[in-house]
Formats: sequence, structure tokens, C-alpha cells
Amino acid sequence: MPTASPTSLQVDVWRGADEGEFQRFHVPRMESQTVLDVVIHIQRHLDATLSYRFACRVGMCGSCAMTVNGRARWTCRTHVTKVLRHGGDVLEIAPLNHLPVIKDLATDMSGFFDKWRDAKSYFAGAHTRHEPAARVDPTSAARQAVDAGIECIGCGVCYASCDVVAWNPDYLGPAALNRAWTLVNDVRDTQQQTRVAAISNDAGCHSCHTLGSCTERCPKSLAPTASIAGLKRLNGKAPQGAQE
Amino acid sequence: MSELDAAHNRSVAADVPRKTPGRRADARARNHPAWWAFLVHRLSGLALAIFLPMHFWALGTALHGAAAFDSFLAVTQQPAFVFAEWGLVTLLAAHLIGGVRILLIEYRPWSGLRKDLIALTAGGALVAGLAFALSLTL
Amino acid sequence: MRAALSGWRVQRISAMVLALCVSVHLVTMIIVVHGGLSAGAILGRLHGNAAWALFYAVFVLAAAAHVPVGLRRIAEEWLGWRGAGVFAVSVLIGLMLALAGLRAVYALIGGPL
Repeated sequence: MPTASPTSLQVDVWRGADEGEFQRFHVPRMESQTVLDVVIHIQRHLDATLSYRFACRVGMCGSCAMTVNGRARWTCRTHVTKVLRHGGDVLEIAPLNHLPVIKDLATDMSGFFDKWRDAKSYFAGAHTRHEPAARVDPTSAARQAVDAGIECIGCGVCYASCDVVAWNPDYLGPAALNRAWTLVNDVRDTQQQTRVAAISNDAGCHSCHTLGSCTERCPKSLAPTASIAGLKRLNGKAPQGAQE
Repeated sequence: MSELDAAHNRSVAADVPRKTPGRRADARARNHPAWWAFLVHRLSGLALAIFLPMHFWALGTALHGAAAFDSFLAVTQQPAFVFAEWGLVTLLAAHLIGGVRILLIEYRPWSGLRKDLIALTAGGALVAGLAFALSLTL
Repeated sequence: MRAALSGWRVQRISAMVLALCVSVHLVTMIIVVHGGLSAGAILGRLHGNAAWALFYAVFVLAAAAHVPVGLRRIAEEWLGWRGAGVFAVSVLIGLMLALAGLRAVYALIGGPL
């Protein structure tokens, strides 16, 4: 870290859609500053036409995910000093990879969530509010497997970081498969057969080459690589689960 | 059929995108150990796959008798051949150890990306190559 | 594709077999190249030996199962070649490797001296 920080930052921001170019801004450097602070400053004081997303700005919602100096991150949880190691470094902010760019830093995430649907990464249960609550042992191996992956908030960082997503347009991706694994281990779920059929093919877990970028980049320290390995081990056989 | 299943069927019937949309990662995103391990594993596998038919063909010259085999072996004494052999031994060792790492990640309980085995892949390949070179020259 | 015979499963099972065969092969080669290779020494060690015949036959078949799956993945992901045609070519490659390999095993162990 430099002993004397420059007073302003050089920031390259993606403008346009899938076609476009980087636009250079100069943003005042502050003592404690996140990349999101930089983006907000640009839109509020320098160029009101900049499009971007954020919501909670405290690392809970995942809306502010963007590509910062080549790596997908939550901009609200990325301090500028973590990205800019040397004095003259430029801060480069682009939208997430592998998703159509709507405008500037905002991407269309429908494809990302369509793959959750295609992987059957949603819960289907047989009970209604009139039945007693299901009893699930929190110490059971199955529930611990669920707990290890359940915190995903669908931010898209893993999907944007996975090169297999780039190489194989059908690949369901780490987030969808991670959620599928948590549901495979959910003893209340009633569509185990359908789900395992959906993910046990070339669009599913077998296309994972353990590149590990998802696990490296997940802001919640989840390990989709582990979940996908679990799906591979199923060998196409659905677990017991609840009756369909 | 649920609403979600109907939506899926509609999207499947429509034209599936031939290419993943949007931007692509560059070297900055790929600069981490598990990615290098993948690249080494894939490229070494490709090199070995190209080499293997030649290896089988070469050994097959023994079908024409020991004399024919010997005259082929004489060709393999050339420096270019010896260097290629050393390269293949190194790549084979790397592919083997890297492959064992993948098998452990996929079949054994989760223990991270096993970066210790990435180091072992590099070290083991180096050792195998060295052992081969020493055996040849000493 | 039935998961039991999926490309992934074939490649992983053959990988486990190859892990053993390759380890033996690497050690053998490092020992054997010392002092140079000669047809006499190689054939002397291998010819007529049923144990080596079995070892190398298994080795060849495992490799013939393992290689095509990886090549198919590279073709699909880096060259964009997809579909039944690519799968058929990969199976063909596997068969050709098995034939060439078993021919080499015969050449060294069962063939003429």
C-alpha cells in the first residue's frame, strides 16, 4: 500500500450494452471508500446517465455485483484499496460476465434464473399449513449438506466467474447446481426424481471441470464445487426424499 | 403441469442460444491455482492423447522382429526425441497427480480445492522428469 | 444418457485404473531407460510374459476408454463441435486406440522375436 495516496482515482466505467466502450472518470479519493461509493459518486455528481444496480449497500442482497478489475465482486464490500495496489492503477468497472448487458453496469439476469428453473432448483413439497411442521434433524448428514450451501442469495458472481458457462451455453451453472444440491438433501422435497434427471447430464453437473472459480469468488464463502461434486456422486440416482 | 414447467417447455421449444451472451473473463479472473491446475490437466491430457497413437505405432514395429525394432530404437536416441520423451514423462506425471486430485475432490468428503495437491502436481512432475533425465544420462 | 454409463463415469473409473497403471509404468520406464533401450532387453523382459500381457492389455483398454471423453470435451468447449457426430468420432477414436494398443502389446509379448 502506498504511503501517500493520490487525491483522485482514475476510473474506467463500461458504457453501452454488449457493444460499447470504457469511459474514464476522475473521482475524489477518500479515506475509506468502496467501489460502490465510486459508482454512486459518478452517477450523482459526474454523469447522471450512468445505469447501475444496488440496494442494501451492506453486503446482504448481492444486487451490486459487477466485474471490478477483471474479477466479479460485490462492489459494496470491495474497498478501493483492495483492488488498487499501486499509485497509478486504474479502477476498471464493468458489468457481470455471461449475461446480456442492458445498459452500462446493469445486466439481464433472466437467463441466470431460467437455469435455476431448468435445474429444478426450487422447492416442491406435499404438505400444507394444516399438517404438522416437518421434523428435520439439524445434525443429520443431509441437513448439514443443505446448511453448507443454503446461504446463496443468487447474486450471480459464481455464474459470471465460471468459464464453463462461457464455453457451454447449456451449462446450468454453479448457483443453480448448488441450490439443486441443497434440495437433493432436503427430506421434505417431492420432486427428487425430476430434479436428478434435470442435472445428471451434460447441461448439469457433469460439465463441471473443477475450475474452482465459483468457490474462489463466492462472496458468501460457499463452495459450489463441493455441491456439484455431491451431485456427481449421485450417479443419476435420486435420494429417498418425500413421496411425490 | 406447473407454471414453471410450462415456462421451461416454452423456452426449450424456442431457439436455444448458440452462444453464452455477454462479456467474457480474461486472464485476471483466471489467475488462481485451481484454474492453472485445470489448464495443466487439460493441455497435458491433449498432448498425451496426440502422443499415444504414435507410441502404439512405434511399439508395433516390434511385429517385424527384433532387428526392425532395434533400428527404430536407434532413431529415438536423437536429442529431439529424448527431449520429447522427457516432456511426456513430466506431463504424464502431472496429469496423473492432477487427476488424483480431481478424483479426491469428486469422491471424498469436501476438503477445499486441495491446493496442497496442486503443489504436489507441480513438484511430482518435476521429480518424475528429473528422475527420468538422471536415469537416462547417468 | 444413462448415468451408469455416462462419459463422466467411464472417464472416472478408467482414471482410477490408469492411476495404478501409470504409476507402475512411470517407475518401470525410469528404471528401464538407464543405459539405453534395446530391442533385446525389452523383448527379453516382456516376451511370453503373461503377467505383463495382462497388465498392458488392461492399461491399453483403460486408456482407450479414458482419452476419447476428454477429447470430446475439448472439442465441445473450445472448438464448439457438438452433437451425435462428435460423440461418434470419439467412440471411433477409442476403438482405434484399443486396436493399436493391443496390437502393440501383441507385438512385444506375443509376436516374433
